[in-house]
Amino acid sequence: MSNLPETRTHRYIPNASEDVREMLEVIGVPSIDRLFDSIPAEVKLDRLLDVPGPWSEIESRRWFRALASRNATAVDHASFLGGGAYAHYQPACIDQLLLRGEFLTAYTPYQPEVSQGTLQSIFEYQTHQCLLTGLDVANASLYDGSTALCEAILLAERLVKGKKKVIVAKSIHPQYIETVRTYVQNLGIELVEVGWTADGRIDTAALRQACGGDVFAVAVQSPNFLGVIEDYEAIAAASGSITRIAVVAEATSLGIVAPPGEHGFDICVGEGQAWGVPTSFGGPYVGFMVVRDALKRYMPGRLVGETVDVDGRRAYVLTLATREQHIRRGKATSNICTNEALIALAANMYLSLMGKEGLREVAEQCLQKTNYLREKLRGIGSVKLPFSGPVYNEFVVRTPFPATEILGDLEHEKILGGIPLGRFYSGHDNEFLVAVTELNTREQMDHYAAALNAAISRERR
Amino acid sequence: MTTVVEPQEAAERKAQSAPREGSIFEHSHPGRCGYQLPALDVPERPLDSILAKSLRRNSIEGELEVSEVGVVRHFTRLSKLNVSIDAGMYPLGSCTMKHNPRINEEIARTPGFAFSHPLQPDHQVQGNLELIWNLEQTLKEIFGLPRVTLQPVAGAHGELTGIMMVRKAQEKAGNARKYILIPDSAHGTNPASAAFAGYQIKELKSNSRGTVDPATLAEAVTDEVAALMVTVPNTLGVFESEIRKFADILHAKGAYLYCDGANLNAFVGIARPGDMGIDVMHTNLHKTFSTPHGGGGPGAGPVGVSKRLVPFLPAPTVERREDGSFYLEYDHPDSIGRMRAFNGNFGVLVRALTYMRSMGPEGLRRIAELAVLNANYIRARLKGSYYLPYDAPSLHEVVFSDKLQSAQEVHTLDVAKRLMDYGFHPPTIYFPLIVSGALMIEPTESEPKEELDSFCEAMLAIAREVKERPELVRTAPHTTPVRRLDEARAARNPILRWQK
Repeated sequence: MSNLPETRTHRYIPNASEDVREMLEVIGVPSIDRLFDSIPAEVKLDRLLDVPGPWSEIESRRWFRALASRNATAVDHASFLGGGAYAHYQPACIDQLLLRGEFLTAYTPYQPEVSQGTLQSIFEYQTHQCLLTGLDVANASLYDGSTALCEAILLAERLVKGKKKVIVAKSIHPQYIETVRTYVQNLGIELVEVGWTADGRIDTAALRQACGGDVFAVAVQSPNFLGVIEDYEAIAAASGSITRIAVVAEATSLGIVAPPGEHGFDICVGEGQAWGVPTSFGGPYVGFMVVRDALKRYMPGRLVGETVDVDGRRAYVLTLATREQHIRRGKATSNICTNEALIALAANMYLSLMGKEGLREVAEQCLQKTNYLREKLRGIGSVKLPFSGPVYNEFVVRTPFPATEILGDLEHEKILGGIPLGRFYSGHDNEFLVAVTELNTREQMDHYAAALNAAISRERR
Repeated sequence: MTTVVEPQEAAERKAQSAPREGSIFEHSHPGRCGYQLPALDVPERPLDSILAKSLRRNSIEGELEVSEVGVVRHFTRLSKLNVSIDAGMYPLGSCTMKHNPRINEEIARTPGFAFSHPLQPDHQVQGNLELIWNLEQTLKEIFGLPRVTLQPVAGAHGELTGIMMVRKAQEKAGNARKYILIPDSAHGTNPASAAFAGYQIKELKSNSRGTVDPATLAEAVTDEVAALMVTVPNTLGVFESEIRKFADILHAKGAYLYCDGANLNAFVGIARPGDMGIDVMHTNLHKTFSTPHGGGGPGAGPVGVSKRLVPFLPAPTVERREDGSFYLEYDHPDSIGRMRAFNGNFGVLVRALTYMRSMGPEGLRRIAELAVLNANYIRARLKGSYYLPYDAPSLHEVVFSDKLQSAQEVHTLDVAKRLMDYGFHPPTIYFPLIVSGALMIEPTESEPKEELDSFCEAMLAIAREVKERPELVRTAPHTTPVRRLDEARAARNPILRWQK
């Protein structure tokens, strides 16, 4: 077919020329090239790809480590970054267990007899999600928090035919809202944003007003993007009988914040990254979705159920699959196929290790430490905390100066001090979001307060 | 090759050492604990003063009390109930279950990558941006297309991204159009993704080769057709040899050619989608580029586009300045928008680029060569014993059916289950839908000849068993941790969480 030289063996591709010769003989063709005769010559590449490599592991380590060293990260800075991705304690055994090939290198458990490990783990993961959110049925995972919110809105829309508006709190993670706008742009669904009041919570009076005849659902996030914990009961009271969706972007908050399922919410979606998953520049994370029992047949994604085998032994299997794309095709509840199974497994391990006590203690430490830093910063002249509502592990700080400049000063002190809000909300250029977790020490927080104080003084000069 | 265990012996053996594991929720004992945090190092304030009782919950009813020992043993035991590519051939058609190199895992865990945060300013994450930029360059070269977005986190997510770009481009040209054409052999995600982008589906019937006939296509393409979604090679492993004609037919009517690139493993380095006239294609980094499937994810589904579709790519994109620094560019007024919060499945991207560098130009091409050789070897060895419904030359996978076995009332499901007793994960079954009782086998380039031989001998032994002892096959598997499940019961009375 071409004048390209024969390719050489590679450490990942076992068969060598002797094997190839024997196999070609069985097939009855003279060369591998002939196996590609069905590809027309005019679309064949007559050269090798112009890409680097092949690299040995030694060369790969060298190049990639050099790249990694060009990032300034929580490795060598005190990090106070949140905004939907949080640095929490990662128990050592989780990663070791994740690297077991039986988990890492298995496929979707379509053949239950040889996939009980994956299936049972997903079943346990689903159980944790129900306990944490106070709802009845959880799926096997979605891509992340933002796409989980998209799926929740599409689910809610399927429940009531003909209604086309969904209310979203403006205080939902701005990138989640952006993602929703992308997802619904061709489906005739309209977003109605409701803003916040001085306490940083959704404006319930505006919410009540917005809940008109054409609205099928309301979605709020708690703690919201400003760090403030919403009042689920007040939102439920203001939103009548429409479907209510709670977004939880900081999953460890479920250790102490009242669960949405017990306060009038029908669907809880969120981001499970905070359960000990590395922030890893944004993924892979794990989206979760938990719903009231009545909604289970409308769920997107995979579900694992319990059953028995022919000998009557308890076993687990993918179930209610007639909702899914491989059966229902164009009429499926979602197009999702690959999900985030391995990260859901990591979450199951985290939740199992931390358990009842640990989930509570992580949440209490976040709450206590956040309030420590918040009070400390409140004491700095000219620092304002613009929102008065209760917070979990994140809060907004305002200074008289542009946030990017203040944060630049903190970076010199080896502090990743927060996320500027100006890039998300116009007119908020002097504000930034500060997150604290159980990993932040008092020493770091004291240093933070001193550095912020100094930065403000410097800007003043 | 695995010794074949007779059912009775298997039952006895299982009674002695059944690999079973109770639910983690059954391992919970009051007072046990699997973690330790440093003591709180700030003055503790009364909870009521920082979070009102009405906003708090009590302790989480039903959550666990298990020691670290308990957790490690539980998950280790669970793992032993799985088969995996690490343990042997896993010939799932359309899934490309290849070796997952561990250097990829190590590199993705480099602290500078793993602990970087998605909302850090560009100057703090130059390493990440350079990595993403490099991956895009490499995929551009592999695809032969001018831009690639790395935001989508799965194949189906990539499909949705690609079709939304088509829609936006059609809208911009004055008419979003109504239909997407999809062959009857397509993956289920194709119609589902097209529907999610607001389209109706028109199914194209395959011809006797299992491919799309240009005449059928020409007839179907009207001014209301936005695109054709076609899998190359298709789900029979057969290359659409008329692909260039498809492109011409579609382009003449202002429609686009979408390629489902799930099967890129068949032709990476051999031919390029861009050279075939393809306008938009996703591929799965967790297939061709070796990132682990992890029991169902995570993945990544980059999408490459032709020049006409570049303005519609998801924002932000990663760009390089003349001084060699990198930045996220948000200014794309015609972009379809953001497909996900943050920057895609970055950890998966790191693994995939590591793999591409490990392979190099020759290695990438050898993937396709050996994957196709391996699949054709299986085809040659099993032909005759299993029915080949489409005789056209196939590339990286081969689809048989149960036609020869059906006479004995033994079906594809039975053959698949019996393979488990021989130590192999079954092929994909009952897909593609155009083949009744399909057995879709994709060995990948990772398998050495002796593993392929073992697999073929197992398949041939099963074909003999079907004739001589069909009941043995119909009741398989006999040696797995559990036997056939009552799936109807699971769906009729769904139990979807553990309860006491």
